[in-house]
Amino acid sequence: MPQTLNYLKETPSQTAGPYVHIGLAPGAAGFDIYAQELGHDIAGPNAKGERIRVEGGVIDGMGSPIKDVLLEAWQANADGIYAHPEHLGEVEDGFRGWGRVFPDFETGNWTFETVKPGAVTDLNGRQMAPHISLWIVARGINVGLQTRLYFSDEAAANATDPVLNLIEWERRRATLIAERTDSDGTPVYRFDIKLQGEDETVFFDI
Amino acid sequence: MKPGPYYQRDRQWQPPALTPDYKTSVSRSPQYSMISLETTVSEITGPVFGHNDIDPIDNDLLLNYAKPGESPIGERIILHGRVLDEDAKPVPNTLVEIWQANAGGRYRHKKDTYLAPIDPNFGGCGRTLTDENGYYAFRTVKPGAYPWRNWVNNWRPAHVHISIFGSAFAQRLITQCYFEGDPLIARCPIVNAIPDRDAVDQLVARLDLNATIPLDTIAYKFDIVLRGRRSTLFENRPEGN
Repeated sequence: MPQTLNYLKETPSQTAGPYVHIGLAPGAAGFDIYAQELGHDIAGPNAKGERIRVEGGVIDGMGSPIKDVLLEAWQANADGIYAHPEHLGEVEDGFRGWGRVFPDFETGNWTFETVKPGAVTDLNGRQMAPHISLWIVARGINVGLQTRLYFSDEAAANATDPVLNLIEWERRRATLIAERTDSDGTPVYRFDIKLQGEDETVFFDI
Repeated sequence: MKPGPYYQRDRQWQPPALTPDYKTSVSRSPQYSMISLETTVSEITGPVFGHNDIDPIDNDLLLNYAKPGESPIGERIILHGRVLDEDAKPVPNTLVEIWQANAGGRYRHKKDTYLAPIDPNFGGCGRTLTDENGYYAFRTVKPGAYPWRNWVNNWRPAHVHISIFGSAFAQRLITQCYFEGDPLIARCPIVNAIPDRDAVDQLVARLDLNATIPLDTIAYKFDIVLRGRRSTLFENRPEGN
């Protein structure tokens, strides 16, 4: 017998189930319990940069909106800096860059407000186009799905983004681009996430 | 030597997306292959939480929703353990959140309509930060089994949902903790989405009499393992150079 490696195994994932909101957003589940719920304000009051709204839905293989979904967003600030000790640089006081998004339980539509992130320099020095990482959990999803939202008005940066360029099929890259459709003077980006079908969103095994 | 990319997730240990016996997965499982992405700075970072974000009472489900002087009905338990990574290193100061049904198997959610009553003294959620050794603890009641619509007669084993952050978005994990000795575990299509029996065993909390408080609260121990990461001994040659 050769030596053993003695690594532990990652705990297996299980679905978040239909009542994930009890744990992660109890207000949405219908009750008040915590002095403060986490993840309601992604950018905080002091963040610089363009204030934007993202609207979307998560659509199942039957074409129906998933009404019990929960998403988490993770993003850099307008300078492309993450609020994390391993990313060098300063973020604004109150900027966390993380938030929770849940839909209207009747329609499945969700929306969140934040600032548009800047381009991010990766550890190897390569530039990534502005993007928001999204993590999606719901009943029927055994392991949370990871994807990225890019911006339609960043065509030049998107064209050289190393992650978008990992996707061999050019037409599938379009599934990660949120379309800008301004309304009432606020920049609004539409991002529908399709779990199946011809326009299935690209998901990453990170 | 500096910390590098996270170990890749073992997709033969984790449940696949499509598990037809768990019917809802059929229309909610992506059909194209995922794109493999070596962790970039966007995935080796993640939100940081501190003691300002939560209250000390948040990890005590016997008290955090109960009226003064009252407590929820059910078997009083301590659910505790450590959050480690695959290298067995503790993951300190990480946010652990739980949610569960009450002792009768009913969730406090406006979409749950099961017959069993809501417990006026039980909210059903809690949260805490691991300490410097990765240790966490909750006090709660043991949740009840409940029926769900999958096959005509499916019952979920008693379980507590657990959400863990780690220190990177790549480590983000939601799982469920089951309890030793429950005959429903082996029959559950959600549990059986996991192909490996040893992996299923990793989700079953053990009775822990050493941590039990005599005449008061029975303890179960549940350790959680998040992805580990490589140390960069040698610089990677960037692709294309």
